[in-house]
Amino acid sequence: MLPLVLDQVSFTVNGKTIIDRISIEIGTGPRTVILGPNGAGKSVLMRLCHGLLRPTSGSIVWRGENGGRRRQAMVFQRPVMLRRSARANVVYGMKLAGVPPRERELRASDVLDAVGLADVAERPARVLSGGEQQRLALARAWALGPEVLFLDEPTANLDPAATRDVETLVGQIRASGTKIVMTTHNLGQAKRLGDEILFLTQGRLVERTPVERFFTKPASVEADAFIRGELPWS
Amino acid sequence: MELKHMALTGMLLMSAPVTAPAVAQAQKFITVASTTSTENSGLFKHLLPIFEKKTGIAVRVIAQGTGQALDTARRGDADVVFVHAKEAEEKFIGEGHGVKRFPVMYNDFVLVGPKSDPAKIGGGKDIAKALKKVRSAAAPFVSRGDKSGTHMAELRLWKVAGIDIGGADKGPWYRAVGQGMGASLNTASSMNGYILTDRATWISFKNRGDLAVLVEGDQRLFNQYGVILVNPEKHKHVKRDLGQAFVDWIVSAEGQKAVASYRIGSDRLFFPNANDKGA
Amino acid sequence: MIEIGQAFGAAATLIAARDPELVGIVLLSLRVSLTAVVFASILGLPLGAAIAVGRFPGRRALIVVLNSLMGLPPVVVGLLVYLLLSRAGPLGQFGMLFTPAAMVVAQTILILPIVAALSRQAIEDAWQEYREQLRSLGAGPLTAAATLLWDTRFSLVTIVLAGFGRAAAEVGAVIIVGGNIDGVTRVMTTAIALETSKGDLPLAMGLGILLLSLVLALNAAAYWVKEAAQRRYG
Repeated sequence: MLPLVLDQVSFTVNGKTIIDRISIEIGTGPRTVILGPNGAGKSVLMRLCHGLLRPTSGSIVWRGENGGRRRQAMVFQRPVMLRRSARANVVYGMKLAGVPPRERELRASDVLDAVGLADVAERPARVLSGGEQQRLALARAWALGPEVLFLDEPTANLDPAATRDVETLVGQIRASGTKIVMTTHNLGQAKRLGDEILFLTQGRLVERTPVERFFTKPASVEADAFIRGELPWS
Repeated sequence: MELKHMALTGMLLMSAPVTAPAVAQAQKFITVASTTSTENSGLFKHLLPIFEKKTGIAVRVIAQGTGQALDTARRGDADVVFVHAKEAEEKFIGEGHGVKRFPVMYNDFVLVGPKSDPAKIGGGKDIAKALKKVRSAAAPFVSRGDKSGTHMAELRLWKVAGIDIGGADKGPWYRAVGQGMGASLNTASSMNGYILTDRATWISFKNRGDLAVLVEGDQRLFNQYGVILVNPEKHKHVKRDLGQAFVDWIVSAEGQKAVASYRIGSDRLFFPNANDKGA
Repeated sequence: MIEIGQAFGAAATLIAARDPELVGIVLLSLRVSLTAVVFASILGLPLGAAIAVGRFPGRRALIVVLNSLMGLPPVVVGLLVYLLLSRAGPLGQFGMLFTPAAMVVAQTILILPIVAALSRQAIEDAWQEYREQLRSLGAGPLTAAATLLWDTRFSLVTIVLAGFGRAAAEVGAVIIVGGNIDGVTRVMTTAIALETSKGDLPLAMGLGILLLSLVLALNAAAYWVKEAAQRRYG
């Protein structure tokens, strides 16, 4: 269903422009990291792509075959765990996606194993630690076999060890053939996980650059200032 | 799965066994709209088992004021009315709601009041004179004010005494509470007021406080009860045969004997007089 | 104060004697109010969830109406049901007036707004938290409502109990539609009203203490179950 094509997409809330005429094509292949200062509209752009928000103007079209939005998934900064077991959380997502019952159980066991939660599969999801919950959220998304996985600041609330786990898992999911689109505050993470950078300020797409070039020779003044301002804290 | 869970929660929530309410019992029964005085005095608890044993008919009593009981029957929600306000009963029959009124029994009203007796009516027998004194002393008087048989009797007695209680003579001393006999007695007891009550309710009433019987024995205080089968031609659901069986029994020698035999302690509460056709 | 002391004595005597008549009254009270709470929950919980999740014209007005109906005077409900079920009323042919079924109908109407309005609030709060996650997983309004009902189950227990408390404690509706018939429709509250009218205040108060103890016991049990479950499921 990729590529995803955005044409002159704007999004306004109460007269305030959050996303300002963005046109872009997101295809298979490179891992895309959306960067930008707070309030640049990164999360909103991702929600527009995922279909949680509708653009005020412009169009968002999946150009590939069976253009629906089923074969995509999103992992949020704060995952919402349902009040049931870890396994049931994974199964729930697949059930909504129409995966047949028997296959749900098999896939659930596989992904829980892959994210290292097999031991706690039957524990209530809400009593797991923050890192475990985020891995469970990844498992829930992964089990859907998505073509694209959107990640919105997936490690913002995690300690370094849990962050490493999540980054490793994102790598594995990518290796299994899923396109990764993520936002992050962590420039180191952007370097580690990104192939290309989409740089946003004030709702506008300022540049789209391969990751090495972005950090050495950004095309825009804004990106240059952002990198220098942000680097010491990364 | 969600639905199953929901059902499950529902059941967990109601940990106690829930069964459908017993709507209609197989047993034969009639509904009798009656007054609080007959119910509260315990008369029905005495009478009904005797009747049920003989006929197999259970009697469900709705205890209301006479006015309300007649209204219940007017809506067709009772098979028999058993009340005490002759005029209202005759009106009820005149409207075609009842078949025929039979006198059953009487008891009497008594005027009770505080032992301190500010209106100085204690010991007298003349109810009209007593009410006049209450009026001139403007002593607190509690009225049912609910169109019950007792309320109607009270209004009749004020008229007899020549007092215009609905108009010129009305005052803050006259408190219409719009409640049943028991609730009105509770009110009178707490404010030390005078009140007209049927003797049966008075005898079985426990929260008397400082109240005592001050006037009794006047012919005009007699409280006549009548029984009426609700007209099956007007109200199709009325159980004509079962209802008639109850009416027939209560005015029969056996029913009358049962009425006469009811006592609280040594007090006899009701006096059968089905043979007094004018009652 | 002597009377209140007597009331506790009367309550103790009542419980010790296990008078079959009193047991019948207690059981009928429980049967009527529990049945009403089951019906009110079957109707009210999905209704609350639908209003919480749904977006339709008149929604705000409906919420205001529902919230106001929580304060429905029992005697008004009683009168309404009386007029409906009376032989002279539209549903008179079923002969339901002065039966326990009529009392169940009245109490169901009385507590339906409580269950619906409070569950709407609880579910809407949860919906704020869950909305993006559920929509991301592809949940439509129906699925979302069902999921939220299950996930807020601990709060809903409390709400349902509040409904039960209201049903078990009211006298205005059941005395009108039930008629307080000895052995048929006499429940604890109407028995209390009757004993009050007979001037037997200690006995009335004793019955009141008994009623309160039953409601207290039920609430304590439910609270304990809820706490245990909540600790387990987070």
